[in-house]
Amino acid sequence: MIPTDLVGGAFWLPLAFVMMMGLGMLLYVVLDGYDLGVGMLLPGAKTEAERDTMISAIGPFWDANETWLVLGIGLLLVAFPLAHGIILTSLYLPVTLMLAGLILRGVAFDFRVKGRASHKHRWDHAFFVGSALASFSQGVMLGQLVTGFDGSLWGWLFSAAIGVGLMGGYCLLGAGWLILKTCDRLQAASVRWARRALVFTAFGIAGVSIATPVMSEVIFAKWFSVETFFALLPIPLMSAAVVAMLFLFLTRLAQDIKGENVRGIERWAWAPFAGAVAMFVLAFLGLAYSLFPYLVLDRITIWEAASAPESLLIMFWGAVIVVPTIVLYNIFLYRVFSGKAQPLSYSD
Amino acid sequence: MDIEALLLARIQFAANITFHILFPSITIALGWLLLFFKLRHNATGDDRWKKLYGFWVKVFALSFAMGVVSGIVMSFQFGTNWPGYMEKVGNIAGPLLAYEVLTAFFLEATFLGIMLYGQGRVSNRIHTLATVLVCFGTTLSAFWILVLNSWMHTPAGFEMRDGVAHAADWWAIVFNPSMPYRLSHMLIASGLTVAFLVAGLSAYRLLRGSHADDARLGLKVGVTLAAVLIPLQIFVGDLHGLNTLKYQPAKVAAMEGLWETTDGAPLLLFALPDEETRSNRFEIAIPKLASLILTHDLNGTVQGLNDFEGNHPRVAPVFWSFRIMIGMGLLMLAISWLSAALLWRRGQLPPLLMHGLVAMSFSGWVAIIAGWYTTEIGRQPWLVEGVLLTADAAATNVGAGLIWSSLAIYMTLYLLLTVAYVLVLFHMARKLGVDPAQDAPNAAPFEEKHA
Repeated sequence: MIPTDLVGGAFWLPLAFVMMMGLGMLLYVVLDGYDLGVGMLLPGAKTEAERDTMISAIGPFWDANETWLVLGIGLLLVAFPLAHGIILTSLYLPVTLMLAGLILRGVAFDFRVKGRASHKHRWDHAFFVGSALASFSQGVMLGQLVTGFDGSLWGWLFSAAIGVGLMGGYCLLGAGWLILKTCDRLQAASVRWARRALVFTAFGIAGVSIATPVMSEVIFAKWFSVETFFALLPIPLMSAAVVAMLFLFLTRLAQDIKGENVRGIERWAWAPFAGAVAMFVLAFLGLAYSLFPYLVLDRITIWEAASAPESLLIMFWGAVIVVPTIVLYNIFLYRVFSGKAQPLSYSD
Repeated sequence: MDIEALLLARIQFAANITFHILFPSITIALGWLLLFFKLRHNATGDDRWKKLYGFWVKVFALSFAMGVVSGIVMSFQFGTNWPGYMEKVGNIAGPLLAYEVLTAFFLEATFLGIMLYGQGRVSNRIHTLATVLVCFGTTLSAFWILVLNSWMHTPAGFEMRDGVAHAADWWAIVFNPSMPYRLSHMLIASGLTVAFLVAGLSAYRLLRGSHADDARLGLKVGVTLAAVLIPLQIFVGDLHGLNTLKYQPAKVAAMEGLWETTDGAPLLLFALPDEETRSNRFEIAIPKLASLILTHDLNGTVQGLNDFEGNHPRVAPVFWSFRIMIGMGLLMLAISWLSAALLWRRGQLPPLLMHGLVAMSFSGWVAIIAGWYTTEIGRQPWLVEGVLLTADAAATNVGAGLIWSSLAIYMTLYLLLTVAYVLVLFHMARKLGVDPAQDAPNAAPFEEKHA
């Protein structure tokens, strides 16, 4: 599994890149996750103004957020060319559907307000459909990835279930984001949506956690051997704890909203989103442990798939300098648009 | 090898990249033009510049979104349909694509939010800086992508080891022989696309009876920019052609429709190339002109397709897309110079010319697509000239049926969205000046205040 004959860059560069790729994918899932989540929650808005508010809560960020996907898949492309072809051709149909969803979602942002007013509801619908399609497809891809592209009926059913679970997870992220960025009825509704999404997400994560070792003997051995079981126990335990805490926070928020305790609301408004992020981070860690060092489960390791060390080195230095810069200016972006969602205007 | 699957994969890639190129063609130059509008307003306080900025920033936002979503499709296409590409030349393509995403894509995507929506939240200085960074990002993006594309046409600075290309000299890779020509040709092309779009939509507004003073200014800006850029583009295009003659003579032979190596080769205005007989039917030719343009000698030798038998592209598509591009360029020259002369001298244009400009609104798209088809089809059968054949790069485990489904999905989406885009642009031009309040990005009948 882990090669003993590779020296220097040939060993640590693929390691560095898989960590970068993992980080990029995690950032994508958490950031665009809330964009897609808000998109799926759009039908929950009661008025056009509420829909506009929900969109303006994500408007300035979605483009930057989506770019982490390009980075993640780009790193797979440039650092692990021998695996990326197998992975993407195996995921051909889900990838196509995801791209269709992302296209619809991305253009709906602009078409809904620049097109005819009478067409706005159609573009809102496209926004919802695009968000749902992209989320579901990503979940299916995840399911296929953890089963090493199991093309059997069970494999696809499992992947479809992960698809639904991920949709729930994104709705949880989206609802958490809305709790932060909105107020009044929309915020209250978001708390209710978050509670429902939490149930889905908890089941989804439990489902992946149980089914993954069942579907793969290698993963089973990694988690349930004597040495590792107790060392890894914190991950599922912490996940359960986060779920429980989220339930408590959301209940508390619902009470504060009912009692119109504004200070109470704003004190804990950040908690649901933070909790959702924590759930995703824990799930990611578990998944990363299960898959490492394979890119294609049981078939291709990161070292077997990697580009030549000279090329990796050139990209590594670029990434080391640029990625922190990217993080910094993304933080700047979020600071400029901090606070409650305001109507988006092109002028001052 | 599955011929049907290969052809479908090529058609799909062509569809994806054709749709994608429509939008950076606009956003690369439009960003800089917006910066120009902003700086003019800062300097003169003239409200017309602010109004121009206010309209064209919306066009920019819409075009940018279309470019982003279609660009993301591109980053997946390499993996889903052309895995052989990265396997063979990944050590060169990888870093170039990585740097494009890291230095350009992220930059433009992040500062776009501040540029579009941040004017009320940041100082004018920061807003201007954000605008500059978006422009810089789109231009830098074009740079990296064109470096890679040029390398595919004129590969340099590499060595083959065990059938895989390895980078030997990055300076030679980046500044490969055709790069300066391709890059400048594309950047100017973007400028021309925007110039005619601005001129055309401004003319449209004026024809519909708008008395808005910014429409007149827009018309002048568009027409003048076009008039300045088109002779430059013709010059750069000529240099580009000469460079292609040196490194890809088979492509030039196809562009000229020249089958036999000839001294004093004619320029063909019209012909129907026949691959079976390896000759042309219905030629309308200007004697010696091709030799003159290509070799600067009336009797210079130009190589014909028969010198490259089995190793040249299909002639008809290259021949005709080249002529469409040239024809569009000449039309752009005629109409922009005439319009510029009349506009600067008399201050207004006759209705016929105004209608002509409206019709030319998307002429840049036609020229750009025709030009790209010339150069990319012209490189066939090679994906990377002399290094990797297109047929060898295609995925072998993706059947024709699967590609049919993805192709159908993409084509449907692209057709619908392109039509929607054009209609919405004209709709925006009509709506302008009627009700300014409706022009806000999430205009609602009412706005709610938030705590």
